[in-house]
Amino acid sequence: MVNAALAQFQQVFIEESLEGLDTMESSLLALDDGGDAELVHTIFRAAHSIKGGAATFGFPEMSSFTHEAESLLDEVRGGKRAIDGGIVELLLRTVDCLRGMFARARAGEPLNDAVAEGLRGELAAAMGRGAAAGGVQARREVDQADAWTIRFRPHPGMLAGGNDPLRLIRELAGLGELAVTAELDRLPALDRLDPAECHLGWTIELAGPAKRADIAAVFDWVEGECELAIEPKHVVAAAAAASAAPAAAPVADVAAARAQRETSAESSTVRVAIDKIDGLINLVGELVITQSMLDTFRDGVDASRLALLEQGLAQLARHTRELQESVMGIRMLPIASVFNRFPRMVRDISQKLGKQVRLELVGEHTELDKTVLEKIGDPLVHLVRNAIDHGLELPAQRRAAGKGDTGTLRLEASHRGGNIVVEVSDDGAGLNREAIVAKAVQRGLIASGEGLGDEAVADLIFQPGFSTAAVTTDLSGRGVGMDVVRRNVADLGGSVTIRSTSGKGSVFTITLPLTLAIIDGLTAAVGEERYIVPLVSIVESIQLQREAIRTVVGGGELFRFRGDYLPVIRLHELFGCPDAVRAIDEGLLIVVEGEGARVGLFVDGLIGQQQAVVKSLEANYRRVSGVSGATILADGSVALIVDVAGMVRMQSRRKVA
Amino acid sequence: MSQSANTAAASAAETAVPMQYLTVSLAHEEYGIDILAVREIRGWTPVTRIPQAPHYVLGVLNLRGAIVPVLDLRLRFGLVRKDYDANTVTVIVTVAGRHFGVVVDAVSDVLDVAAGDVRPVPDMGTAVDTEYLKGLTSVAERMVLLLDVDRLLQPQDAQMLEAALPAAADVQAVA
Repeated sequence: MVNAALAQFQQVFIEESLEGLDTMESSLLALDDGGDAELVHTIFRAAHSIKGGAATFGFPEMSSFTHEAESLLDEVRGGKRAIDGGIVELLLRTVDCLRGMFARARAGEPLNDAVAEGLRGELAAAMGRGAAAGGVQARREVDQADAWTIRFRPHPGMLAGGNDPLRLIRELAGLGELAVTAELDRLPALDRLDPAECHLGWTIELAGPAKRADIAAVFDWVEGECELAIEPKHVVAAAAAASAAPAAAPVADVAAARAQRETSAESSTVRVAIDKIDGLINLVGELVITQSMLDTFRDGVDASRLALLEQGLAQLARHTRELQESVMGIRMLPIASVFNRFPRMVRDISQKLGKQVRLELVGEHTELDKTVLEKIGDPLVHLVRNAIDHGLELPAQRRAAGKGDTGTLRLEASHRGGNIVVEVSDDGAGLNREAIVAKAVQRGLIASGEGLGDEAVADLIFQPGFSTAAVTTDLSGRGVGMDVVRRNVADLGGSVTIRSTSGKGSVFTITLPLTLAIIDGLTAAVGEERYIVPLVSIVESIQLQREAIRTVVGGGELFRFRGDYLPVIRLHELFGCPDAVRAIDEGLLIVVEGEGARVGLFVDGLIGQQQAVVKSLEANYRRVSGVSGATILADGSVALIVDVAGMVRMQSRRKVA
Repeated sequence: MSQSANTAAASAAETAVPMQYLTVSLAHEEYGIDILAVREIRGWTPVTRIPQAPHYVLGVLNLRGAIVPVLDLRLRFGLVRKDYDANTVTVIVTVAGRHFGVVVDAVSDVLDVAAGDVRPVPDMGTAVDTEYLKGLTSVAERMVLLLDVDRLLQPQDAQMLEAALPAAADVQAVA
């Protein structure tokens, strides 16, 4: 039965298990590269806790499925079996299959599918059980019996784990009638008896038809903490017919469970390192001290203590800033969680394409805001796929080009100023200028490639519907891609650029803001209103003479900036502010850059720089184009934050129309 | 107690407990807002205008850190704009988890209205579209129109969207 509390535990279990699966996967990959025995233990532990948890939280199919993998791992762990590529491959597919099961568990769908059934067979076969059909039959026969003899000898330390043998026996009683005999042979003399240890053992005669799996499930939690032998007394003759039943019954179970489960939205949680929390507590402690120090000024300030007050305020400012940074730090997670999926992906894709790829991951510990982290995965996957599919060549081509057979794909994350920079670089063929130009001409994006700089050509691949792949594969080349990458990154307040050398390779650079929750901005005045322009997108602010403005047909205004003509966006027009400065030489032009293009924002003037806590307009209202959010100024009033990328988009849409 | 007796008691209680309404005045008429939807009442403070908004959305204000849109109920119902004075208040209401501010001329009272005392609204004779009313009641010779807050704000969302669409089209048409 799935009640609300169990559903909540299931959520936690699923989250933890998914992490466990990640561990299994990365350890398996490391093992593939020649790892040590400790890795096998890590994998085994992960599989074991998933199995135990699955049984407890009502996913019997998952538990029995994981059990197969665990048995296989146990043999490897015990040195009975050497690990080889075949087993790693099989276990990797098991990990995938379990991920699918968890996804289905979350959605409340039946857990088993054809893949799981197939894999279960393969795992059993790998164990050598499937070698002879008779072997399977024999094992199946003892899965079900009329009566069982169970010998249960807990290790002395079992009680310390909170496991109560009485509870286990009581649970067993649910399966049939019990006759329990205690084994007292290990009981020490009274003066040497430690009441916290378990010295008893039991022999339990279970009467009534039961399945071995059901009995074993009772002891799931004490596995490894006891000696357990389950032996049938009478083998049921018609066991073969029953073997089909266990598969069908749990599915019905899950269907019933799904009916009860509410459509629970995927809850989002953050795991925070304990030292971050400790740091926060320290800071709050200091803040309280500062506050009590400042509190002494409640009765008035005389000149003699002015210096002290100043010092206190300075402390307050410092602690507030530190506190802010620490709290933001809680949202920061290492990019490793995103990078971790790539070794597997690169391995699969390169095998599929017959390419040899060495993946280098650098700066995995670089921390990013959780929101950014969740959304950066897809664009990165796309870039990596593209790099292997289009960038890196086949071994033969590489040899012809005088390079080694194995191509290098490098993912690097680093802090650069107030930004996080993620680079995806390969030493492949680089962008094919001719192919891109030809494609762009064919699509009508440009008239000809003449006079286009390399940068401008590279920029073409970000146009919607652009793909130069000769053959559409299931990996890439469907024509949706780079434009989506750019759009996704822009939504995070970042940008993508390409640097490519023909024959040497390409570098895709994604620049992202550290956090989405607080931005540095310049406060600009437009009439009565105040707007915040994000500092990262500001190139410079200039005052123009009236003559510097060219008006083009259709009403647009352009100004010359470092050899380019840039469009002017009058904020007072766009936002409809009355009482704003209209004459170009009386106001100020803020040159901003977004999505690789620049525009000038015309405002009355600048008021100052400030950190702005980004608040959502959508929470209570709706999205407003040209505005990315709002913030609260020092006087408590609301100021809107200018969406520079959105403005540039609006401007380019204007140009197209 | 049996299940059916329980239900009967509950429904009896429901009819017996009067609904409470906050009454506000708007252009010499009194309107009732379900008090359960009212989050707070605050004096009029200037708001920050937002672009591409319908004319009756005055802007947004800072409600203890949340950005809350404010609309003028007079403009919402197509009445004449009135200068804001010391009596002007913003009633913050919550509908479906979203907060909105509603500017009215003044707040007056809290009324207990039994369900039996609510009469249907005749089709004419009020300044406000009957679509946004769920009934009327009279208290000591005064007529109070009960606003259907849910209805008041839901069609408005649609209208906000409609208002936004031509604005987006404008941007494209400018060139």
